[in-house]
Amino acid sequence: MPGDRQTRDERWQIRIADLHKAFAAQQVLRGVNLDIERGKINIIIGGSGQGKSVLMKHLMGLLSPDRGHIYVDGQDIIGLSDVAIAKVQRKFGMVFQYAALFDSLNVVENIAFPLIERYRLPKKEVLARVRDLLERLDLAKVPGIEQKFPAELSGGMRKRVGLARALIDRPEILLYDEPTTGLDPIATKNVDQMIRRTADEFGVTSVVISHDMASTFRIADRIAMLYDGVIVASGERSQVMSAPHPVLKEFVETSGTVRFAGGLS
Amino acid sequence: MTEPLPTGADEAAASKLSGRRRYHPLALAGRAVAPLPGAIALFGEHVLLLVRALAWLFRRPFRLRLFLDQMEFIGVGSLPIIMLVGFFTGAVTALQAILALSLFEQQRYVGFGVGISLARELAPVFTALMVTARAGSGMATEIASMRITEQVDALTTFAVNPVQYLVTPRLVASCLMLPVLCMGFNVVGLVGLYVVAIISYHIDLGQVLALFRWGVDPIDYAQGLIKAFFFGLTMATCACYQGLSVRGGAKEVGLATTRAVVSTSVAVLVLDYFLIQVMNVLFPYGGA
Repeated sequence: MPGDRQTRDERWQIRIADLHKAFAAQQVLRGVNLDIERGKINIIIGGSGQGKSVLMKHLMGLLSPDRGHIYVDGQDIIGLSDVAIAKVQRKFGMVFQYAALFDSLNVVENIAFPLIERYRLPKKEVLARVRDLLERLDLAKVPGIEQKFPAELSGGMRKRVGLARALIDRPEILLYDEPTTGLDPIATKNVDQMIRRTADEFGVTSVVISHDMASTFRIADRIAMLYDGVIVASGERSQVMSAPHPVLKEFVETSGTVRFAGGLS
Repeated sequence: MTEPLPTGADEAAASKLSGRRRYHPLALAGRAVAPLPGAIALFGEHVLLLVRALAWLFRRPFRLRLFLDQMEFIGVGSLPIIMLVGFFTGAVTALQAILALSLFEQQRYVGFGVGISLARELAPVFTALMVTARAGSGMATEIASMRITEQVDALTTFAVNPVQYLVTPRLVASCLMLPVLCMGFNVVGLVGLYVVAIISYHIDLGQVLALFRWGVDPIDYAQGLIKAFFFGLTMATCACYQGLSVRGGAKEVGLATTRAVVSTSVAVLVLDYFLIQVMNVLFPYGGA
């Protein structure tokens, strides 16, 4: 299999071990164990309210768990100081569900934001890197894009600008929070292609949380299913699909994507 | 004897029927102080936010542009409405003062009466209330929308502290701009006084001016400006707190804005009372 490394540390970029999290009396994560493979598209599927977003916020260091560990490149990120966690955060780029672009900043300022906040770079270099990304994400051909504000962009364009902002600091890992929610089928396909292309072209590890089975089958290298606070199935796409967990099977069948699944009957 | 309730579980209904337990003094006292812990906690959270925002003021990086943007929004943006309200406040106060003073044929005291009311009370309080309605509500809405569209989370992922980025500039800008606006209110209020007293009631300008200068001291203006400073602090804290603590969707953004305006308005008037007490000790009144 291409990209399969010999040592496990080389292969797994993120390892989550026994992650627990509760809000008040509500237990959201009940011992999540999951490995994220380097350079691959790892999709975490699960229904609404199963704790997908909470899991992702733990990866970014936005929430701290009640119990458990998250190892990023072998380093446990739980309980690190603010400074140390900020260093780890630089390895991540986050693409938010609705892009979460800053309304008061234009496209260039939005994309350049992480660079301006983290480093002291000359303006020329920042602008060059922004323009390079606009070019690579097919945004450069939109007239006057640089000076536009988020409110003036379409949903798809906003998503790509959000991706550009996530990519500007050359992250090793890209997190996508339900990237295809609220998009029509064609826009969904475009976003899927964008995720695939970004993974291939930039060589990043992608972690996508989603409940969209059609796009999962289109782009996933690895699939994990989060159900009731635990990972009930995970592995290579074909491996997971050859003997699906009952919940996963139901998920696939009700989503009407059985024919994409391959091997599921 | 009262009939036993069918379910036997509903204590509130049971106490309603028995009548004796309803007026138990301890239960009444308990109900009376029940909202107190919540109110104290809420106050504490506001103070905590204020302290954190002030602490972040002295930490790198300093983003001057954010401060200037907010000063423009709060100061320059509120100027027209402050001018308008200031003019009519001065004019209306003058009208009523002339009416009252005419009982004693002492209308010339209108300059003193209106001047001192504006300087010590009307200008700072009305400025605070008007700026709250305009800029305070704007702050709460903006931060609340940023919260629900995950922009605040996005800031954190870039290792930017949301309190430093969002609250500190608004706090500083409010504290600096409110006294300036308050002074503008004073000036325009006196123009309103001039229009009513001198132009329409033909009271002698020389006497009005002389009594104004005799009764109104710079210290009166200083007190008003000090109050305006603290009102700015209150407004930014309440508005930012409501904005940051919002959860949910568009409806909650609206509620947060409403709460921000109401809590600031109440807080300003309550704080006003205590500030007057402090000022009376610091600057014993020796005007008229």
